[in-house]
Amino acid sequence: MNLTMNKDVQTPPSAGQPVSAPNPAASRPAAAPAPAAGPAFEVKDLNLWYGTHRAVQDVTLQIPARQVTAIIGPSGCGKSTFLRTLNRMHELTPGAYHTGTILMDGRDLYGPGTDPTVVRRRVGMVFQKSNPFPTMSVAENVLAGLRLNGVRDKALLRERLEKSLRMAALWDEVKDHLHKSGISLSGGQQQRLCIARALAVRPEILLMDEPCSALDPIATAKVEELIHEIKREYTIVIVTHNMQQAARCSDRTAFFYMGKLIEYAETQQIFMNPSNPQTEAYVSGRFG
Amino acid sequence: MTNDPVPAFPPHMKRFFDAELETFRSHLILMGETAASQVRAAIKALVDSNASLADQVIAADDELDQLEIKIDEEAMRYMNLRAPVATELRLVIVGMKASHDLERVGDEATSIAKRAVRLSAEPPLKPYVDIPRMANIALEMLRDALDCFLNGDTAKALAVCRRDAEVDSINKQLYRELTSFMIEKPGTISRAIELMFISKSLERIADHATNIAEEMIYLAKGKDVRHSEEVKKNGSVA
Amino acid sequence: MTDEHNHRLRRLKNTGMNALFVLCAILVVSPLGFVIFHLVREGASAVNLDFFIHLPKPVGQPGGGMGNAIAGTFELLALASLIGVPVGVLGGIFLAEYGGERLNGWVRFWADVLNGTPSIVWGMVAYSLVVLPMKGFSAYAGGLALGFIMIPLVLRTTEEVLVLVPRSYREAALALGLERWKMIAQIVLPIALRGIITGILLAMGRIAGETAPLLFTAFGNNFWSHHLAEPIAALPLQIFAYAISPYDDWHRQAWAGALVLVLLILGLSIGVRLLAGQKRSPN
Repeated sequence: MNLTMNKDVQTPPSAGQPVSAPNPAASRPAAAPAPAAGPAFEVKDLNLWYGTHRAVQDVTLQIPARQVTAIIGPSGCGKSTFLRTLNRMHELTPGAYHTGTILMDGRDLYGPGTDPTVVRRRVGMVFQKSNPFPTMSVAENVLAGLRLNGVRDKALLRERLEKSLRMAALWDEVKDHLHKSGISLSGGQQQRLCIARALAVRPEILLMDEPCSALDPIATAKVEELIHEIKREYTIVIVTHNMQQAARCSDRTAFFYMGKLIEYAETQQIFMNPSNPQTEAYVSGRFG
Repeated sequence: MTNDPVPAFPPHMKRFFDAELETFRSHLILMGETAASQVRAAIKALVDSNASLADQVIAADDELDQLEIKIDEEAMRYMNLRAPVATELRLVIVGMKASHDLERVGDEATSIAKRAVRLSAEPPLKPYVDIPRMANIALEMLRDALDCFLNGDTAKALAVCRRDAEVDSINKQLYRELTSFMIEKPGTISRAIELMFISKSLERIADHATNIAEEMIYLAKGKDVRHSEEVKKNGSVA
Repeated sequence: MTDEHNHRLRRLKNTGMNALFVLCAILVVSPLGFVIFHLVREGASAVNLDFFIHLPKPVGQPGGGMGNAIAGTFELLALASLIGVPVGVLGGIFLAEYGGERLNGWVRFWADVLNGTPSIVWGMVAYSLVVLPMKGFSAYAGGLALGFIMIPLVLRTTEEVLVLVPRSYREAALALGLERWKMIAQIVLPIALRGIITGILLAMGRIAGETAPLLFTAFGNNFWSHHLAEPIAALPLQIFAYAISPYDDWHRQAWAGALVLVLLILGLSIGVRLLAGQKRSPN
C-alpha cells in the first residue's frame, strides 16, 4: 500500500502540475485556490441505525469545499454519528449500518470500488479526547500515518513533520522536543499534535469531533485560530457543543436534533435569524 | 494601579477575528471624517453662495448612509458571532450609536446644503459671521469627540460636553436677531427662516457631537456621563 | 452519658475488627514466609556454586548438584514458550480484535476448560503424541506438555490486555487510513506489549514448577543431556526423585532444589511486578 499511488488514483493532478510529478502528494500546492469545486460532500437521504435505534434520520445536505461547516445540537442528537459516516468510521461500530448515499467529490463514498482505508486517508479525523500514540515520540506521532503507510523518503518525512507541526501551530513549542514522548505534552499541545498527525497524511477534508471540549480557553483559541488558518486548504467539518465556537469558527452551521437535520444555513443566519423555532430555542439556550 | 506582584500575563494573543474589529474601527473613523467634511463643505457652499458645491454635498450623503448600514452590519455580525465582552462590547455598542449620530450629522449637512442652494439665488441677508462661527465650534466639537475615539483623550471629550452650551447661546442670539429682521422687513422672512433652520441644524450637529463625546467617554472609561452635569462641570471622569 | 458509652463501644468494635483483619493478613502472608524459612533452614546449606554447575553424585558421595536439572528446566521453559507464546498471543489477538461474539464465546470457554484441565492429562497427551511415535521420552515431549498448559494462560492475558487498550488509539490509527492489521501490529501491540510480556512471565512461572506432565514426557535424566530428543532433567522431577529416596543426603539436595525453584518463581513474579508496576501515563 503506497500513499502516493492512492493519491494519484484519487485526485487527478490539477492543471499546471506535471502529470508525471514524482510525488504529487508531496508537492500538492499549498495555497491552491479551490477551482470552483463542487461540494465536498453531498449527503442524500442518509439514515443510520445502531441495531434498531435510528440515530440519523433522513439527512440531506451538501458540505461546501474549503469552508468550515459546524454541526451543533444537544447530546445524543446524532451529530457525532453523522460525522463518522463521512469517513466510514461508523462501520467499526458493531451493529451500525446506514442507508442513503454520500458522494465525495461526486463519487459514492460507499461504492463497491471504494476502499475505506483510502477514504480515511482523504478524510482525516480529530477526536474529542486527544489520543497521541503513547509508545511514540512527538515526531513519530506526526509521521505515523505516513510511515505506516510505507513512506520511507527521509526528506519528505522531515518536510511533512515540520509543515504539519507548523500548520498545527505547535512547531515552535515542540521543535526542541521532537523525540520526547507524545504524551508528555500538555493537553492543548496533545490535541494540536493529533491535528498535526491528521494533517501529515494530507487529507482533503478534516473532521473534528468536539476537538476543544477538554481544552482550556487559551488552548481552544489556538485550535480555533488553526482552523481558521487551514480552511484555505482544507474542508473542515466540526462537531461542537460550544455554540460560541460554532459561531466563531464556521461559515455554515447545521443544527441536528433527535437525529434529524433541523436547519442548515450560513452561520450568521443560524445565530441571528434562524428560520426554525427549534433552532432559535437551541441557540438562545432555551432547551437542549 | 496595584502594586501586587501579579504574575506576568502571556503576551497579547492575536485572534483571527481581530481584523474585523480593526475594520469596524476604521469604518467609524472614516464616517466621522466624512460627516465633518460634509458639514464644512455645506457651510462653505452657503458662505460662498456656491450652489454646485452644495449639490455635491447633497449627492455625497449617500456615502454616509451606506457607511452607517455597513457599520451596523459589522457590529451585529460581531456581536452575533464573536460574543464580545468588556471593551470590545462597549466598542461595538458605541460604534452603532456613534454611527447613528454621524448619519444624523450628515443629514443636517444635507439640509444646510439644500438651504444654501436656495439662498444662493438671492443676495445675502447679512454678512455671514455667526453661522460660520457656530459651524467652527460644532466642527471642533466633532473633531475633539472623534479624537477621543482615536486616542482615548477623555478630557477633550468632556470639554465638548461643556461647549454645547456655547453653541446653544449663539443659536438663541441668532434667533432673536433674525426675528427682529423679519419684524422689520417682511421681505426677508423666507431668507431669515432658512437661516434660522441652518442655525438650528448647526445646533443639532453640536448636540450630536456632544452625544458622540459622551459615547466615547463611555467607551474609554465605561462610565455613563449623560445628563450628569456634575461630571461635566468637574471636568474629570474617574 | 450514653453518647460517651456508644463512643467507647464503637472504638472497641473498631479495634476488634482491625485486629481481626491484621490476623487474616498475617495468615495470608505467613505460609510463604514459613515455606521460605523452612526451605532455607533445610536446604540453604546445600546451595552453593557446585549445586548450580555439578551433576548429582551417586548415593554416599557428598556434594554434587543439580546443574543439569536447572539447565533442563530452562530448556523446557524455552521449548514450552516456543509453542505457548505464539499460539497464545495470536489466539489472544484473534479473540480481542477479530472473531465474532459467538465464536469468541466458544473459544473463551474452551480456553477456560483447557486451563482447568489437570496437568497430568497434558502429560498423557504429550506422551501419546510424541513419546509413543518417537519411541522414547524427550525434551520435546516435556516442552509440548508444558506448552499446552501455557497456551490458555497466555491467550487469556493477551486478550485481556488488548481489550484494555483504549478504543481511541484504534480509532486514531484507522482514521489515518491504516489497514486493520497494521493498526493492530504497529499501534495496539506496542501499547499492550508490557502487559503481554507480563502474562507470558506469569505463565512461565506457573509451568516452571509443574511436575506431573513431565513424569512420562521429559522423564528426568541424571546426566547432562545434549539432545532435545532425549530424556531431560528438570528441577521439579529431580526434587521429586530425591524427596522420595531414603537417603538423608538426597533429602537435603531436594530441599535445596525446592529452594532454588521457589526463588526462580519468586524472581519471575518480581519481574512481573516491576514490569506491571511501572506507571504509564494516565492515558
